[in-house]
Amino acid sequence: MDPKTLRYAKTHEWASLEGDVCTIGLTKFAVDQLTDIIYIDLPDHDDPVTAGDSFGEIESVKAVSDLYSPVAGDISAINEKLETDPTLISSDPYGKGWLIKVKVEKGTTLDHLMTLDQYEKQIASEEH
Amino acid sequence: MALRTPLYDWHAGHGGRMVEFGGWDMPVQYTSIVEEHQAVRSAAGLFDISHMGRLSFGGADALALIQQVYSNNAATMKDGQVRYGLICNDKGGIRDDVLVYRWPYGWAMVVNASNRDKIVNWLAQHKKDRAVDITDQTTTTCMIAVQGPQALTLCRGLTEADADKLAYYHATPTRYRGKGCVISRTGYTGEDGIEIMASAAQAVELWEELVRRGAKPCGLGARDTLRLEAAMPLYGHELSEDVDPFQAGLSWAVKMDKGDFIGRDALQKRRQDATLRRRIGLELAGRRAAREGSPVLRDGRTIGRVTSGTVTPTLNKAIAMAYVDPACTDCGTVCTVDVRGKAEEARVVSLPFYRRETGERGA
Repeated sequence: MDPKTLRYAKTHEWASLEGDVCTIGLTKFAVDQLTDIIYIDLPDHDDPVTAGDSFGEIESVKAVSDLYSPVAGDISAINEKLETDPTLISSDPYGKGWLIKVKVEKGTTLDHLMTLDQYEKQIASEEH
Repeated sequence: MALRTPLYDWHAGHGGRMVEFGGWDMPVQYTSIVEEHQAVRSAAGLFDISHMGRLSFGGADALALIQQVYSNNAATMKDGQVRYGLICNDKGGIRDDVLVYRWPYGWAMVVNASNRDKIVNWLAQHKKDRAVDITDQTTTTCMIAVQGPQALTLCRGLTEADADKLAYYHATPTRYRGKGCVISRTGYTGEDGIEIMASAAQAVELWEELVRRGAKPCGLGARDTLRLEAAMPLYGHELSEDVDPFQAGLSWAVKMDKGDFIGRDALQKRRQDATLRRRIGLELAGRRAAREGSPVLRDGRTIGRVTSGTVTPTLNKAIAMAYVDPACTDCGTVCTVDVRGKAEEARVVSLPFYRRETGERGA
């Protein structure tokens, strides 16, 4: 995935919409903050997710964080490779480290999410 | 505002992620907790521990004051010896865990950063009319730990006195680049190594020399996972004003027969009390880490609470320390830990989780 074409949530997830399937992952900034990812808990296939609600958790040596879905729909796929190798999330956050795919309703857009430009401004202010 | 060690600028300029700890701005990590942890287990890591409180005692009655507030016996210490012990309140709860140093010319005590003011005040309160001068040297000095199997080799020739001539838990005054310092064969990682106390003005040159010699800078994140594997208690987690040394498994650091000390009468009773929870180790079946506060259950009943937990970088398992009912402390006892609402299977294991192989020091 090209970070330039992705959309971003305040909570550091990225989203990419192709047809009615939205792929969701964590941004490089988020995984750099977490470092040392040791465990990820993802939902099951067909589980419903709600926009803005937690769909799982990611754990690093130091702390646990919730994962939030930027869109509503049903889980159509989870990245099963992460179960055995959660470090894929840090080594390739926009590629092999994707988290889930969500089947969304027709007409769903990502317009409510930030562009890369807007997201970079947000993280710049977080880093101060 | 949080205090800064003499190495603050170095940390901030070298990717140290700074967090507040015990009233100080400290680096939690530079690169990755796991990498830093492994460096200490396999080679040598470097820690800025200047936040620890360093108190110096002079005067004819220094020993008497230390004996009154300290659970271990300082009177049997030889010059250059270092001894771990507790400072208890009059109920037998732990005010702090400390190292006491005996010098030919006086005494020193290293206390936890978060407890420094409390202990300084406690000492002042119990000093009464004794002839003791206590100097808090925390901000005029620095303290740097070099830890790991290569620590001693790496420190060869660093100071006038050689670290590998020091016995474990011994220290000596010596010189670094002509100026006075102390090296101490102690640490908080479960590895061999030394801790160096020098003037604050020498902190950066000493630190940079150790980096050049090959020690990897490590933050408090790795310090925490390392001490947890070695099952060393951390004040505010395993130790508090409400927990006594027997519960904490530190009876070896309490000398009931040394004479009176603060908390001794209460400890006499608490030692017999079979209802008090005890510190144990837990190994979890899954990879979700139990964290501080997670309830420990057995047959649907809460038997205790986790005080520290992580997934350990060396053993690659979820481990935790917890306080549980005395009936549930046997190794092999099966229980569950409520990790954020989900029950995770666990069993009681012996402490420490990690013990270094001895006999290949400094190899």
